[in-house]
Amino acid sequence: MSAISEKLYRRRRFKNGVALVLAGAATLFGLFWLVWILWTTLVNGIGALKPELFYQMTPPPGSDGGLANAFFGSMLMSLLAIVLGTPVGILAGTFLAEYARRSLLGESIRFVNDILLSAPSIVLGLFVYTLVVKQMGHFSGLAGAITLALIVLPVVVRTTDEMLKLVPSQMREAALSLGVPQWKVTVQVLYRSALPGIVTGVLLALARISGETAPLLFTALNNQFWSVDMSGPMASVPVVVFQYAMSPYDTWHSLAWAGAFMVTVFVLCTSLIARAIIARRKVAND
Amino acid sequence: MSTDQALPAGALSASADAVARRADADRRADRFFRYLVTGAGLFVLAALTGAALSMLWGGRLAFSTFGFEFLTTTDWDAVGKKFGALVPIYGTLVTALIAMLIAVPVSFGIALFLTEVAPPWLRTPVASAIELLAGIPSIIYGMWGLFVFVPVMSTTVIPFLTRYLGPLPIFGPLFQGPPLGIGMLTAGIVLAIMVIPFISSVMREVFLTVPTRLKESAYALGSTTWEVAWNVVLPYTRSAVIGGIFLGLGRALGETMAVTFVLGNAHQLTASLLMPGNSIAATIANEFSEADSDIYLSSLIALGFLLFIVTFVVLAIAKLMLMRLNRNEGNR
Amino acid sequence: MLKTFSTRLALAGFIAAGAVSAQAADITGAGATFVYPVMSKWSADYSQATGNKINYQSIGSGGGIAQIKAGTVDFGSSDKPLDSKELAEAGLGQFPSVIGGVVPVVNIKGIEPGKIQFTGPLLADIFLGKITKWNDPQIVAVNAGVALPDAMITVVHRSDGSGTTFNWVNYLSKVSPEWKSKIGEGTSVQWPVGVGGKGNEGVAAYVKQIPGSIGYVELAYSLQNKMTYGAMQNAAGKFVQPSRESFQAAAASADWKNAKDFFLIITNAPGEGSWPIAATNFILMYKQPKDAARSKNALAFFKWALENGKAQAEALDFVPLPDELVKQIEAYWAAEIKA
Repeated sequence: MSAISEKLYRRRRFKNGVALVLAGAATLFGLFWLVWILWTTLVNGIGALKPELFYQMTPPPGSDGGLANAFFGSMLMSLLAIVLGTPVGILAGTFLAEYARRSLLGESIRFVNDILLSAPSIVLGLFVYTLVVKQMGHFSGLAGAITLALIVLPVVVRTTDEMLKLVPSQMREAALSLGVPQWKVTVQVLYRSALPGIVTGVLLALARISGETAPLLFTALNNQFWSVDMSGPMASVPVVVFQYAMSPYDTWHSLAWAGAFMVTVFVLCTSLIARAIIARRKVAND
Repeated sequence: MSTDQALPAGALSASADAVARRADADRRADRFFRYLVTGAGLFVLAALTGAALSMLWGGRLAFSTFGFEFLTTTDWDAVGKKFGALVPIYGTLVTALIAMLIAVPVSFGIALFLTEVAPPWLRTPVASAIELLAGIPSIIYGMWGLFVFVPVMSTTVIPFLTRYLGPLPIFGPLFQGPPLGIGMLTAGIVLAIMVIPFISSVMREVFLTVPTRLKESAYALGSTTWEVAWNVVLPYTRSAVIGGIFLGLGRALGETMAVTFVLGNAHQLTASLLMPGNSIAATIANEFSEADSDIYLSSLIALGFLLFIVTFVVLAIAKLMLMRLNRNEGNR
Repeated sequence: MLKTFSTRLALAGFIAAGAVSAQAADITGAGATFVYPVMSKWSADYSQATGNKINYQSIGSGGGIAQIKAGTVDFGSSDKPLDSKELAEAGLGQFPSVIGGVVPVVNIKGIEPGKIQFTGPLLADIFLGKITKWNDPQIVAVNAGVALPDAMITVVHRSDGSGTTFNWVNYLSKVSPEWKSKIGEGTSVQWPVGVGGKGNEGVAAYVKQIPGSIGYVELAYSLQNKMTYGAMQNAAGKFVQPSRESFQAAAASADWKNAKDFFLIITNAPGEGSWPIAATNFILMYKQPKDAARSKNALAFFKWALENGKAQAEALDFVPLPDELVKQIEAYWAAEIKA
């Protein structure tokens, strides 16, 4: 009897050990790819990682140059996308969390928002091409920004919705019982306490749009010159990376990898900042 | 009541006026704010409906020309103007399935490690690192896949698979073929890497929601960590875990740039996973810019619409699963 | 919160307003990927010489045709010419810009660039999947003295639609009746065998990685990547190496004089020194543009490029147009395009 239970116990211990080792191995497996991919971009891009990268324009093949116009274009379009997408996203998120929490309309919008969240971005690019580029009669940084805003939107809606739901209802009730109108409660009480979460959402959205290639090709096109004209074609880092990576020339290749490396570093920094904000908030709540 | 009567009549009506005006203004502002947020909510609804409808409109020529056969035929002939979506649909589903077969167990392992095994000081940094995988732009996955990963596949992994798995009776045909390095298996692996951070972070979050008393009770009865994870944590969070898996699947189905570089993009239906195939998103990205006839363009847009439908169904299933968990929680 | 948003919105409005008034828009062109390097070189030099900016972007030939028809660009560019009927329907004019060529590349151990030889029908049979081994008697017959291995042939083609593919299959259709009837020609076709790489770069990468493979890329890619290219038998029956000289010979032997709207595909060109798969890139512009001033600027750029841009083109392994053809193009501008 006791021999059997001893055997059973050992088998259970053994099974447990194997499972936990496998769990650790799975984690190493995930980290392995991260390191490998980051290492690849760094090794290939290091040749072009010079100060010129930030103040020279995209060069023709064989000449030296940088990605200044692409960095600037990406920055401008991403900024405008955030400016366009964030307010609408926060308002829609507010609607879901505060006004339509259990209604059919609210649930349908939440569902549609989730589809938008994972819709292939090339499809959104085609949509904006028909809607904006064809109507305006030319490619423009503005159309690019609108496409990116459509990608920002669902991310912000989702996080605002989640964050407002986390605000304890006592806060709403306390404010409402003092006779404060609901919009003021929302803006001055709820937004204030959900702010870190919403900022995180915006940063995540920014990280997501910095690497978008396909939807920009048919909306913002690209520009080999310095341009601040949002109504004309505009350069962006991912599109330049794509075009240079597909070319035969070595100088273009290393610029492409350097651009890829910079985008990745930027995205990683943004995510880390977002994470730090969440972490600080959690500490504050404890 | 009695104090009100004690006040002079004029003061009363003036302050009542002010209160009423104030209440009016508040109501107006409230109504305005309500319209504003409702409008924003409806805008989200309109954006997706608009995108989906514009796809359907663009694809109407293909749907009306080929009818149901568009879904069941394998022709993709721009010269003969005959198009069928079976190969890209098959490729999309197979690569996503491979990705899931790899990503789900790995993600479960990661979530288990991060919630039950790792020392607390290690959990946050490792969790951040894994989630950073989600932040790498997909074109970089593609370039890394083509120039770095594919050679490794063709010189090491695939010869190994063909030698040891190729002769097997039933699964054998899946692993036969020349060591090209590109193909559905490679695409599936790259997709798995891309969705691991999504699935593992959902799993980690929901594992953390399991009440401590449940786990403590199981431990008190002498359960091992694995038994707690398998018999307590997983059943408790089952629906949410499935929901997370489906979110990852949705992402795998729609991924474009990375797949385009490593899938081989051949419109051929083959049993072997080592042979090149095609996917819906990759077909659109590859051929949209060169589509030179109306029916060709329309077929590509119709593919985009099909992808919407597939994503819609997948997410709907995920949503139902998550809702079931929420309901269960409510009952508890 | 709202306050910060309103300031941000105001900022956005300010940026947009400032941007619109900043400058007259530059000339935009889009289309074939093939000419992207030479266009960007010409454009950079032209802007240094004159201060005028011409922005050319590679979105593919099909994209170039679609965008000029949609009126979203000032000029389009395509590796596949439009015939006079289609041009007339859209109100477009068409002229060549630069010449290049497509070359077969292989990955066989021990074979030096230019040492393996192909005939047109041989290539067609390989790409049809009828010849599957490198030591097939038909390959050995034209490669006396070359040690060909007993290895499988893996065909690599383009996965994306492309002008390179168009010229390649146009040639195969001209030399192989079976190819013409079974597969036909187009910017993308239904390949009977093989794997598809994205872009010239994708094909080059696959050919380098897969032993025993054969693909086709533009000359610049085969030279820059130091790949093993093959010699080809031309229409005159002579074996020629791919080079600027053989491309130039093909362009010179072509009958441009009788080609209405320059509708001429110069594959399988006559002439002893002609490369059989030479390719021309074409520019598309409106004959009666909405904005004549912009078209005029675009034409000034092309005049400068065709007359002064020859050295730059050659440095990037492109072939500039012969002088005679340039004169014919300038006459066409004067007669047809109201800019």
